[in-house]
Amino acid sequence: MTRVSFFGFRKSTAGGTPTVRDVRADRGFLVFENTGEVLQAERLLTEQGWEIRVMGPPPEIRQGCDLVIEFPLVEELQILRILTAAKLSPLRTVPVTSPLLQPVDIFQIKDFGRWLMVRAANMKLTVDKETTVIVNVSGGGCPDVPYLAASLVGQRLTVAPAPREIGHTLCGYALQLAYEEVRRRCSV
Amino acid sequence: MLCVAGTAPTDDFPLTVGEVRLGGEELVVGSSSLAVNRGTTALLAAAAATATELGKPPPVACLVGDTGTGKGSRKLYRHLTEFLPGASFGTMVFHYLQPIVHWQRKLQEVLGRLHPRPCLIADAGFMYAAKMSGAATLYDLFTPDAGELAFLADEEAPHPFYTRGFILHEENRVPDLIARAYRHGNAARYLLVKGRQDFLADAGGILETVDSPVEEALEAMGGTGDTLTGLVSALIDAGMDIRAAAVAAMRANRLAGSLARPTPATQIGEIIGHLPAALREVLAGPEGL
Repeated sequence: MTRVSFFGFRKSTAGGTPTVRDVRADRGFLVFENTGEVLQAERLLTEQGWEIRVMGPPPEIRQGCDLVIEFPLVEELQILRILTAAKLSPLRTVPVTSPLLQPVDIFQIKDFGRWLMVRAANMKLTVDKETTVIVNVSGGGCPDVPYLAASLVGQRLTVAPAPREIGHTLCGYALQLAYEEVRRRCSV
Repeated sequence: MLCVAGTAPTDDFPLTVGEVRLGGEELVVGSSSLAVNRGTTALLAAAAATATELGKPPPVACLVGDTGTGKGSRKLYRHLTEFLPGASFGTMVFHYLQPIVHWQRKLQEVLGRLHPRPCLIADAGFMYAAKMSGAATLYDLFTPDAGELAFLADEEAPHPFYTRGFILHEENRVPDLIARAYRHGNAARYLLVKGRQDFLADAGGILETVDSPVEEALEAMGGTGDTLTGLVSALIDAGMDIRAAAVAAMRANRLAGSLARPTPATQIGEIIGHLPAALREVLAGPEGL
């Protein structure tokens, strides 16, 4: 198994932050360029019924008199898609309980000869190198994973929907990273 | 009786509670039918096949459509908090549900009041939520794969996507990860860890290891963890203790995989077709009922 970094930085650990037993362990912060974008994003997401709130950032990510939006972290992919469509992409997203945590930053590659498997975080995508058909999606635990698998398996990389277009969760986000790496390795 | 709570990968599948049976390549739940594929349908198919093989009643499914928006999962969490106090299942499995801490906690309150207490098994998104909410020790069995074990071992990570690299790099040191998960209270009473080798562990360390037959291709195949969870759940519900059930399930799942002569392109339905024969062979051995 080969491991390669897919982010250009090493992750940090948060010191003195709450543990995952915090009541908001499933929440994240959306960090924006300025307060105006925070307020626009708040209005947009509230109108669509999302459970969010505007608040001051924790010290680890505070930049000044700024605000952040607390949101359901697991549903990050869906929320980012909404914000990007409205040209309100956040600078970054971080877990509430450990704001300095970064997404998993390694790929694991396994070559089965005719087939290539790429794993990103907890998601694995396997492709037939000869036909570029996606043959399996494995791993993950959020409910969009079986849906993504049903949508992608059997499709060529050139026509398969990107997980970020139809997924909703952090598992979908991890699958997107694996999908991008497979495309890169298959020169698609 | 065994009850499995999970999701189907379509938004238009209504919340359905009913006994499950296999009808050809489809799963029949009440009056609805679904294709068997990776996820809760694979778990249910394996559990139903096991129950049939053992001559036990079919599992009951609490199933709802959810493609990741969490809408179906929220309906199911609510339903379970209302439905379970009046039900009496010997074994409960929670599977592909959106990890939502406040709903997890409401459900835990209900589970804590059930008498007699069922055997509680968690996998996939529900296992993530149980760890996030600090309630892992309330459960009897978690069934993580190697990546999910690293997540359980990382006391900081709220989701596997955020597992810290130095822990992920330890993935080949399963005993260390198991010890770390227990040290921080992020493991159930037993852990069944799926991978190139399968392990059963508790707070004292590894209890059982099953490493044959080996089929490298199974690592790429979606759903093999689901069938393993379905197998062990049905065996526990049939009366085996958790340790014996885990060993039999690990062996039968690997054997079914081997009988399918898999490639990385093999689909989980092909494995499920071999489960009855694999289970018969395993149960005829020293781990039989």
